[in-house]
Amino acid sequence: MNMDWIWGLVGGLMIGCAAAIYLLGNGRIMGASGIVGGMIDGSASKLMSERAAFLVGLIGMPAVLVATGVVGQTLLTGNVPLILCAGLLVGLGTRIGNGCTSGHGVCGISRLSPRGIVATCVYIGTGALVVALLRHGLGFA
Amino acid sequence: MRHLIALISGALFGAGLLVSGMTNTQKVLGFLDFFGDWDPTLVFVMGGAIVPMAVAWAYTRGRKPLNGDSFPAPADPRLDRSLIVGGVLFGAGWGLVGLCPGPALASLSFGGIGGLGFLLAMLAGMVLAPVARRRLDSIGPSH
Repeated sequence: MNMDWIWGLVGGLMIGCAAAIYLLGNGRIMGASGIVGGMIDGSASKLMSERAAFLVGLIGMPAVLVATGVVGQTLLTGNVPLILCAGLLVGLGTRIGNGCTSGHGVCGISRLSPRGIVATCVYIGTGALVVALLRHGLGFA
Repeated sequence: MRHLIALISGALFGAGLLVSGMTNTQKVLGFLDFFGDWDPTLVFVMGGAIVPMAVAWAYTRGRKPLNGDSFPAPADPRLDRSLIVGGVLFGAGWGLVGLCPGPALASLSFGGIGGLGFLLAMLAGMVLAPVARRRLDSIGPSH
């Protein structure tokens, strides 16, 4: 039997606790796109070092875990133009829409925020449409 | 203290993304593949993440954060054009390769050159976003 859902649940609880620590500790929303985006477009003159500390943890902890033998897989496609196009869309979209899976999805839905709920439905719906087109409509995996 | 909390939160977030499988693009694309061999793992990740966060939001009532004066106020509930356009653009990019900002950062150490390329393109998109957003706002009233 496929036990991936248990790892999903355990990892999800860890993600939720991380967001709770950031909220109760520093009074801030844990949104990956907001934390990074605010640093690079100059809209976050304050709290730069706090954001940097968050990123050190976010990038560093998986690096440590993988170095100590935890399996880290991405299975990312090798299609470079597709990767670059996707990255550009994700960067644009998360900043224009003010959030991504962590900010709108985890922090917004848990607060029953109408914006978080609608944004999550929109990006999951669009993502599903794109996957349907790529995998089943246009015939390449 | 603020920095220690940010570091711990980021580390736990990164570990959670790795453990849950969200740094694996095939699991994310499997979740988005509603018309194929659907993978429900992301439902458990989202469900597991929302529960502690809902408890945290309930706890914030009438209290202050450990560091700082106040908790974030609820956003204006109105749904504007940029929320929808942003969601569509993000969803399209997410569906193309299965990476969103958190996992793109968390997988930097093992995502190879493709992961780095995605991250750099994402940062470029973030730099361009304020320009795109001003264009969007200039079209007319957005509510």
